[in-house]
Amino acid sequence: MAVQDAIIGWKTITHGCHVLEPGSTRHFKTGDWRSMRPVVDKEKCIKCGMCYIFCPDMCYSQTEEGYYEANMDYCKGCGICANECPKDAITMVPEEEE
Amino acid sequence: MAKRVGIEVSIAIAEAVKLAQAEVVAAYPITPQTHIVEHLSELVADGELDAEFIPVESEHAALSTCCGSVAAGARTYTATSSQGLMLMSEVLYVASGMRLPIVMTVANRALSAPISIWNDHQDIMTQRDCGWIQTFAENGQEAVDLTLHAFRVAEDRKVSLPMIVNIDGFTLSHVIEPIELPDQADVDRYLPPFKPKYKLDPKKPISMGPVGIPEVYTEARMAHDQAIKNAKRWIIKAWDEFEEVFGRRYNPVEEYRTEDAEIVLVTMGSISETAMTAVDKMRDEGKKVGLLKIRLWRPFPGPEFRKAAKGAKVLAVVDRTLAPGASSGPVGEELRTVFYKVPGAPKIFNFIAGLGGRDVTVERFEEMVDKAASYAKKRPKELYEVIGVREK
Repeated sequence: MAVQDAIIGWKTITHGCHVLEPGSTRHFKTGDWRSMRPVVDKEKCIKCGMCYIFCPDMCYSQTEEGYYEANMDYCKGCGICANECPKDAITMVPEEEE
Repeated sequence: MAKRVGIEVSIAIAEAVKLAQAEVVAAYPITPQTHIVEHLSELVADGELDAEFIPVESEHAALSTCCGSVAAGARTYTATSSQGLMLMSEVLYVASGMRLPIVMTVANRALSAPISIWNDHQDIMTQRDCGWIQTFAENGQEAVDLTLHAFRVAEDRKVSLPMIVNIDGFTLSHVIEPIELPDQADVDRYLPPFKPKYKLDPKKPISMGPVGIPEVYTEARMAHDQAIKNAKRWIIKAWDEFEEVFGRRYNPVEEYRTEDAEIVLVTMGSISETAMTAVDKMRDEGKKVGLLKIRLWRPFPGPEFRKAAKGAKVLAVVDRTLAPGASSGPVGEELRTVFYKVPGAPKIFNFIAGLGGRDVTVERFEEMVDKAASYAKKRPKELYEVIGVREK
């Protein structure tokens, strides 16, 4: 659910703006304002998992083949993964580019 | 039977908090509020009040602690004054936005600079828009009664907002008055146990105080505004119930000799008692003068005030605050708004008086009435006037 879908009115907003459902942030996809996205070159990737370790949003997860993939619903495009990658396998690409 | 005793008003307020069986008191001493919390700490230490008394390092911490305790479901009380209220300011807005029903006494006092420990309303008027329900007491009995009323209203699930009872520093806080302290059984009948709609409970986790993104902040503020406006009927209902149990009647706006009055003084707090004496004197002299006392300041009882002021030709509105650079004092501004474009509205003149502990005497009230009468004929240059200021 995107933030826009959660819009409530003043009559339906919770008492004191309390969040009544524990763990409700999992409903929100937060990566929609990203301007750059990480693109992994599988030729260079050695599956070391440094991107997975350093990602401040914990949006990387390992695929069945052992590569690491960023979840674009949560990636903010900060570029830390690209900076930390020891093989320079990750490139930050502007969102408007294919 | 309830006992009528000679007692310092601060001590009587602390006794009222004991009668309300507050469960947590977190406070920091500041003149002229000190005696209230000092006595509460004694009551707790002596085992007369089964509560946690939490001494804190500042007023900011005091109110933050209160937020936590009331959020956990405990009946919570604090008190402060002046600079202490300034230090609390940030948390005042947090408490009301989170709808946490804390009850607080503010012993009204001037603000520095220059340093003044004496009474006026400048401290509370800086917090006019903090979203708390606010009442003003005129004497010691009212201070006690409004304290019990505050717990009844604030904790009502239909209200669930924090509440400030304003008492004038020294003029009330440090004066020994004959006060009827209610019986515990009557208080218990009036004040049910605190059962908040939501509380912090590990068995049923919720989050209080989340971020309000631009998509929801306006709605949250609107909900708060509507909640405090809607609270008015429950505030009045709690006064109806108060009368049933204790026999004393309170109203949002109190009228004194307003029948056929042409010039009506408007006051808040303890100066209302002197104003009544002044009205009596002027009535004896054949002047058609009356008095309206604002008891409920937030939410402002606009319709009730218009009704009470019906027939008045001139209002002499007293503010005990000087708002530098403003068009007039906060009470003056409020009433001009309330009467804006109302057909037959009285002419409103605003007087700033009683700053930093300066007495507002009967003669001063007579001066205000005379000035208001002459201004009604010839419009003054300014929208407000500072009474008794030395021009040299």
